[in-house]
Amino acid sequence: MIQSALSGDMPRSRILSLLLLAIFLVLAFAPFLFSGSQPINTAAKICIFIVLVASYDLLLGYTGIVSFAHTMFFGIGGYGVGLALYGWGPTWTSAGLGLAIALVVGAVLAFVIGLLSLRVRAIFYAMITLAVASAFAILASQLSEYTGGEDGRSFRVPQLLRPGTVLFDLPALGLRIDGRILSYYLVFFSALLLLLAALRIVNSPFGRVLQAIRENDFRAEALGYNVVYYRTVANCLAAGMAVLAGAMSAIWVRYTGPDTTLSFAIMLDILLMVVIGGMGTLYGAVIGATLFILAQNYLQKLMAVASEATSALPLVPHLLHPDRWLLWLGVLFILSVYFFPSGIVGKLREMERGR
Amino acid sequence: MATTTLRPATDDLPKTPRDLLPVLIAPVLALAALPLIGSPTTWVTLTVAALAMGMMIFVIASGLTLIFGLMDVLNFGHGAFIAIGAYMAMTVLAPLSGWVQSDALSLNLAALLLAVIAAMIGTGVLGWAFERVIVRPVYGQHLKQILITMGGLIVAEQLIHVVWGGDQKPMPLPGGLRGAITIGDFALEKFRLLAVAVGLTVFIVMQLVLNRTKVGLLIRAGVENREMVEALGYRIRQLFVGVFIAGSALAGLGGTMWALYRETLTAAIGGDVMVLVFIVIIIGGLGSVGGCFLGAILVALMANYTGFLAPKIAVASNILLMVAILMWRPQGLYPVARR
Repeated sequence: MIQSALSGDMPRSRILSLLLLAIFLVLAFAPFLFSGSQPINTAAKICIFIVLVASYDLLLGYTGIVSFAHTMFFGIGGYGVGLALYGWGPTWTSAGLGLAIALVVGAVLAFVIGLLSLRVRAIFYAMITLAVASAFAILASQLSEYTGGEDGRSFRVPQLLRPGTVLFDLPALGLRIDGRILSYYLVFFSALLLLLAALRIVNSPFGRVLQAIRENDFRAEALGYNVVYYRTVANCLAAGMAVLAGAMSAIWVRYTGPDTTLSFAIMLDILLMVVIGGMGTLYGAVIGATLFILAQNYLQKLMAVASEATSALPLVPHLLHPDRWLLWLGVLFILSVYFFPSGIVGKLREMERGR
Repeated sequence: MATTTLRPATDDLPKTPRDLLPVLIAPVLALAALPLIGSPTTWVTLTVAALAMGMMIFVIASGLTLIFGLMDVLNFGHGAFIAIGAYMAMTVLAPLSGWVQSDALSLNLAALLLAVIAAMIGTGVLGWAFERVIVRPVYGQHLKQILITMGGLIVAEQLIHVVWGGDQKPMPLPGGLRGAITIGDFALEKFRLLAVAVGLTVFIVMQLVLNRTKVGLLIRAGVENREMVEALGYRIRQLFVGVFIAGSALAGLGGTMWALYRETLTAAIGGDVMVLVFIVIIIGGLGSVGGCFLGAILVALMANYTGFLAPKIAVASNILLMVAILMWRPQGLYPVARR
């Protein structure tokens, strides 16, 4: 059963299986394991980013396309649901309608960008997406009468998902099942389903063609596959999945703004997560996203301690300053592109084969 | 069999026809904007501002496009050199504040010259290191190049925070370059005129070096066909390192000018310009210096006119410009090597 749920794509490494199982269990029971809002926020963020990073891996790892517009689609999802809930009232209908519009807009945009640039060459696509995405981000903050500008929009979610809604108590666990926990599970199960769907896609014949294009597009073309068609479809699929991740994020955070969805910093985060976790395997997205977000939340605290401890030395405390955590992840990123391009997952699988 | 006609030896080789159509776009765009803007004085101010901005973008973009043309490496970390150049210039200008504050133009220019030289040397050396450490292991692998230069950008930007701190820094314009020269009704800001002069000088020097010297000949040949140049016994590797250093130094120069233009400086300064730089390179045709020059002017004209007419869509207008040009010529205005 597990075999078919994972579409036959097993982790193929004992340590990796254990890690994935641990992540799955912790995320699945997060509201029961931890108290307070910080850990559950982190758990929800991990779920959202797993989807986002997996969709990006579909492009970068499986098809070999470098796009810098992924946060744009993430933002379209966030703004679609967010603005619909803001403008049309907090009902499921408006959330659904907003999501539908966002999906259509995202797919059309992905199609148009793909059509313009995917037939040319990889490097063109990277540059064009970079330009388009930053223009989109600026546009979103400029058109403030619709989007709320830099401040973004806070909105109310449907009644069922609000923290005030209490469904029932679980006195045995000392837990009250409220709208917040319900939203968490909405996010969690959406993420799980989307990840399994992505696994299904990459292990289908279609996914194999994508990998063939990644390895040698010329040869794939010669074998009779229409490369531009496959790339465009992969592009639209990844965009759609990113839109869904954006919608999940909007439902969870109950806020949409340029800094949380559209900023280039998030694009870099996604890139780091994919590469550190492992390009070309969706498990890499899971590992990368989890590690990165844990590092984001907890590495900084560790660095603060280290910075304190070395405060007598010159320059070192500056290098270890908590705000410089991205420096170290950047170095890790460069090292991983050089020395283990298949990321943590690839390394773990290699170790398993070596035994 | 076709009979070959013999040419008299005195005849020149048939020249490739000059493709001047793209050159016409800029004046057409400028003239089309005139009735929309209405007042000719505003139009002149905007056009001069656009030319100044275009020259700064050109200085930054030319190095990048040349690096790409010669060695097929697109350096996404180019933005880091812009920022580092600007920060180095700031560091040099700080102790020279007496010269900067003074109203004497000669002292102002001397201070600026020192700052620019420091910035160019600094970014040149950094470019050399960047090529060695970051780029060299991934030649010929586009995907890794994009990723690794992006990683270099992240690290460089963080190091700026470590060295210079993350807060916004002032970058005062020297006293003698403030204000404007008025000719009749038209007010021309002095610094913009200086920027145009510097940009034009860089363009002309670059054209002369590329077209009139042996190094330039080798660079152009390398852009066309790298292997053939290598086969003829030239070390294209060294040539490339040289171009990389020169390109990085130009980014330092451009970054200094850009920071003076905005009069403030943050670590993210490179990122803001890089979007325009990428649009310029795509419009001009990857690897083409002439196309880059033209693209920079077009993008700057568009940005300034729409910034005046409809400020909210100023950036989007440049995307539209890029889309329109790519529909017309999918490889950019002046496509160079197809690789």
